[in-house]
Amino acid sequence: MAAIEIDSVVKTYAGGVTAVRGVSVTIPDGAFAVLVGPSGCGKSTILRMVAGLEAITAGEVRIGGRRVNELDPADRDIAMVFQNYALYPHMSVRDNLSYGLRNRRVARDEIARRVAAAADTLQIGALLDRKPRALSGGQRQRVAMGRAIVREPAAFLFDEPLSNLDAKLRVQMRAEIRQLQRRLGTTSIYVTHDQQEAMTMADTLIVLNGGRIEQVGAPLGVYRHPATTFVAAFIGSPPMNLLSARVEGGRVLLEGAEILAVAGLADGPVTVGIRPEDLAPGASAPDPAVAFELAVDYVEELGNGRLVHGRHAGQEMTVAVAADVALGDRLALAAGRDRLHLFDSASGRRLAA
Amino acid sequence: MKRTIFGNRLLPWFLLAPQLAVTAVFFLWPAGQAVWQSFLRQDAFGFSTTFVGFANYGALFADPFYRNALQVTAVFAVTVAALALGVALILAVAVDRMIRAAPAYTTLIVWPYAVAPAIAGILWWFMFNPTIGILAYGLKQWGYRWDHLLDAGDAMMLVVIAAAWKQVSYNFLFFVAGLQSIPASMREAAAIDGAGPVKRFFTITLPLLTPTTFFLLVVNVVYAMFDTFPVIDATTEGGPVQATTVLVYKVYMDGFVGLNLGSSAAQSVVLMGIVIFLTVMQFRYVERRVNY
Repeated sequence: MAAIEIDSVVKTYAGGVTAVRGVSVTIPDGAFAVLVGPSGCGKSTILRMVAGLEAITAGEVRIGGRRVNELDPADRDIAMVFQNYALYPHMSVRDNLSYGLRNRRVARDEIARRVAAAADTLQIGALLDRKPRALSGGQRQRVAMGRAIVREPAAFLFDEPLSNLDAKLRVQMRAEIRQLQRRLGTTSIYVTHDQQEAMTMADTLIVLNGGRIEQVGAPLGVYRHPATTFVAAFIGSPPMNLLSARVEGGRVLLEGAEILAVAGLADGPVTVGIRPEDLAPGASAPDPAVAFELAVDYVEELGNGRLVHGRHAGQEMTVAVAADVALGDRLALAAGRDRLHLFDSASGRRLAA
Repeated sequence: MKRTIFGNRLLPWFLLAPQLAVTAVFFLWPAGQAVWQSFLRQDAFGFSTTFVGFANYGALFADPFYRNALQVTAVFAVTVAALALGVALILAVAVDRMIRAAPAYTTLIVWPYAVAPAIAGILWWFMFNPTIGILAYGLKQWGYRWDHLLDAGDAMMLVVIAAAWKQVSYNFLFFVAGLQSIPASMREAAAIDGAGPVKRFFTITLPLLTPTTFFLLVVNVVYAMFDTFPVIDATTEGGPVQATTVLVYKVYMDGFVGLNLGSSAAQSVVLMGIVIFLTVMQFRYVERRVNY
């Protein structure tokens, strides 16, 4: 059990490519932190630097208050679950689980006890004598988890562990991993590119882009108050609508119509964000700030609702609606003042509240 | 497996015919000839031929020189395979650890494979030549009098080195490919699991290379037993006192030099039996003993 502190960490590869550009974040003891971002954002690199599989160019990583930059992976008291599980194919499940303990010269009966306990927890007791190739994807995933928990490490590191599973199993394993982590109370860092996985699993959501942190916070906080247009567009499905608007004399104008009066904003371009589900048909929103008509281009039927894609004054938008909508319809929409997000057009940073 | 249905029943046979013809003319026919010849006794000028049944085989296994050749072959094949595999594995592991210059080293290490066996033999023969050889000279400085013309051990060492040197390239390529097919995450997982580099090599890398190693072992033994004729012919010519006369070389000596065609044919048939056995072993085991 330990907090993980990542302090101004930089990673520059031998070829001169900088993957991580000064990342600082503290993951409190027992928390489940999710690093999320598009591919190439540096999330796996950060995880591998915490694990010790990648050298840290600058900055410091501390696990339980202890600087680990110079330590071998084996001495950092961490366990890692890999995307391809990395089970040892020539060993039985039992040997896979006990390999790390045998290397550390744990007593034989202690190994047996821990392997049995882990197998019991993950319900893989019947598989102990099988080789990995005789297991299904989900079972391999459990064995990989088991290999992490038998070690009883200070931290778990997950590198996109569910991306090789089918959609249904992924949702199930997501819940299992989270329950297991809650019960064990082990600090965890989980890397994924799937924002939905990140939202559902995280205590602390860390959104990365281009080797930098865009935002850190509880999932709901990040969802409700995205700090940048990148986060706004990345977190949430379908993504937030981002519309170009202008500020003139303290008023935000969208296509010439005032939608919001905001004090203290300089004149110039501004980006207005509205989530698809915050746009309600008709003028039903209380205190409507935006009201406009949407020309419907196409409709995605989801069963429990539908996503309507259309245009308003040349800007593309997506709206989630419950009612039936036909192609070519014009849809009257409104959104409440409190549901609007304002971003600086140039920097993408959030403005005001 | 993809299945193609031919409209005409003869077409597939027609398409296979060239390959079947080559196999029949160059492999099956000579092999049949050898089997038939091994039951005959012929005088040196080919004027009279007698059917003698298994007499050639009987004489063969009673012959102390033949039993010596069997033993020499066993020692030679095992040593060549062990040396060629060991050196190739060390080189492959070294190259696998390199990040940048790996292709350049790979190319250099593969070069010997392009050298004709007889030339490789001569090359080493020169370097070990007791009179003018640089390596023999070096050994003399160390106080060892190298003489493969007189010393049976030195002669064996020479042909083993010359034969293994060529095969290292081949083994190296397979080992590099085998090492690179082991996912990096496997070794990383082992590193996190507390296994040091040496332990990782012996508990993870080497077991995962078993299929490659086994395949190469059979290939190397076959190579040492059958393809090293030029190396031996160009260096020691089987000597001194038959110390480097392996089975293939004896087939040649008895048949083409000694003109004892019946015995030579019987020896060929024995060799054929050995190679068939090795091939069957290979197919059975490589299919089954693959570790994962």
